[in-house]
Amino acid sequence: MVDSNNARTSLHHTLHLRAALPVFLVLLALPQITAALHAEFYVTLATRIAIFALAASSLNLILGFGGLVSFGHAAFVGAGAYTVGILMQHGTVPAAIAWPTAMLVSAALACLIGFISLRTQGVYFIMITLAFAQMLYYLAVSLKTYGGDDGLPLAGRNTWAGIAPDDTALYYLALGALTLCLLFTQRLLNARFGQVLQGLRENPVRMQALGFPVLRTQLTAFTLAGAMAGLAGTLLANQGGFVSPSMMQWSQSGMLMVMVILGGVGHLYGGVLGAAAFLLLEEVLGHTTEHWQLGLGAMLLAVVLLAPRGLASLRSVWTRSQT
Amino acid sequence: MSGILLLEQALNGLQLGLMLFLLAAGLTLVFGIMDMVNLAHGSLYMVGAYLIATATQASGSYWWGLAAGVAGTALFGVLLEVSVLRRLYRRDHVTQVLGTFAILLMCNETVRMIWGSQPLSLNPPAALSGPVELLPGFFYPAFRLLIIVVGLATALLLYLLVTRTRLGMQVRAGASNRDMALAMGTNVQRLFTAVFGLGAALCALAGGMLGPLLAVQVGMGESILILAFVVIVIGGIGSIRGALVGALLVGMVDSGGRTLLPMVFESLFGAALAADAAPAVASILIYVLMAAVLFFKPRGLFPAHG
Repeated sequence: MVDSNNARTSLHHTLHLRAALPVFLVLLALPQITAALHAEFYVTLATRIAIFALAASSLNLILGFGGLVSFGHAAFVGAGAYTVGILMQHGTVPAAIAWPTAMLVSAALACLIGFISLRTQGVYFIMITLAFAQMLYYLAVSLKTYGGDDGLPLAGRNTWAGIAPDDTALYYLALGALTLCLLFTQRLLNARFGQVLQGLRENPVRMQALGFPVLRTQLTAFTLAGAMAGLAGTLLANQGGFVSPSMMQWSQSGMLMVMVILGGVGHLYGGVLGAAAFLLLEEVLGHTTEHWQLGLGAMLLAVVLLAPRGLASLRSVWTRSQT
Repeated sequence: MSGILLLEQALNGLQLGLMLFLLAAGLTLVFGIMDMVNLAHGSLYMVGAYLIATATQASGSYWWGLAAGVAGTALFGVLLEVSVLRRLYRRDHVTQVLGTFAILLMCNETVRMIWGSQPLSLNPPAALSGPVELLPGFFYPAFRLLIIVVGLATALLLYLLVTRTRLGMQVRAGASNRDMALAMGTNVQRLFTAVFGLGAALCALAGGMLGPLLAVQVGMGESILILAFVVIVIGGIGSIRGALVGALLVGMVDSGGRTLLPMVFESLFGAALAADAAPAVASILIYVLMAAVLFFKPRGLFPAHG
């Protein structure tokens, strides 16, 4: 690699602990801080951000590091959520059973869909992943036994050692899941597997010529991303107490993609930054005007035209303009 | 199952297919020539339908409304291309998705601000509101027939435009090899703007035709955009012929599946399962079709790039 010490094409990803650790500590203390300020609502918002950060980060694994533009990622989030909902309807409440099952279901679906989709490339890949997500969406709509179009209300939250978590506990669960997945992703990216995955993003033909297994690597990444998205889905179902087909709609996949691009494609914290920026923006704009989507659209367009590589690249844009 | 029913379904499928073709034709050219993912294409359809509905109310005539709305939408498309989309052509697909998603949000919200959240009604001209007797005992709505006629006429015009004119030659050259077309002296910038304006006009035409059948409302563009994407992917991106074949396939399979599948399921598995499973299978049928096409022909039925 000629330019491996160039920051943009570096395949090595650090945890940026100097910035990430203080943020993590503040997040750990967030429930206590908001309780002191009598602003408990923000714990719910933070939980939502953590869940979507997890979903967006899982998409970033294949989109940002694998170069696979999947336009159906919400389907795996929805599959995880539906697994939790369906299990609960049949009386399976413990998280120790429901959550791993949900991740397995999402992973299996991702493996199957990825196996067919990875035959295509470029725009066709975008479209075939979209088509599969639409299939699952319509499947959920037609599941009359499980609520159909109206969705499926959950009887409660999945229990941990017999206890259903309250809002604060759920926040810590979401934060823990996000942290573990980010640590796992960072290790994965710096391992041989991650290096091969990123190499495939840069030049699949050369990687194949060098003898690396193209399909197996991409399919493994796709499946792992599906499992993580399934975990985000279980958290989402637990937080809202409700699963519905709209979780799998293509606009949800589009939103996840927007989060990743907004935060920074192929940046370890891209999904987290994007999800936080997107949801906070939605929150702030939603309070000021009912036409908040206009402002959101304008901001997204500004990001596209002014900060082409997402929020995570703003620092380098800034430093470049200083020199 | 009677022949009349089959004929009616075939006409419905043809009608849906031709309207999808109007949307897909512009989309496939933008996709093929400019290599650009345009999620905002459905917004042009929505803006067209709203403009036509408003102009129809103002002028009192559906035809004047249609003409004014199509012209207005073409102008809107050109303005959109010149102001924003032009800057996205050389960027990667991911950025294009984000940029056009932003435009889609802004279009939806602006339409909601101007016209409100309530659906608008667009009435077909009074002369065409009744049914006509096509065969003895077989009545078909006159306006739906008009849609088929307009769709066929537009398809023919587009075919002549693409195969017989200088502009069409440049379009085909651009779709099969953009850099070579550029090197041969095609004014690509002007070509892009023209193609985009044309695509916008076709969208508005489809909006005006489907408006009286479906509701004119915010979000109408998104559901049909996905269908248009399915069409162009099946047909092969950048190919007008592929768009026509894909659109007719999708139209026939979709409307055929929705009426015929329940009967087939009922005779095979009994009424109870048919009521549950048939609508589900019918609604995913076109996606199954697309996945199957891509599985065997990963670049669509008629790939435009050489």
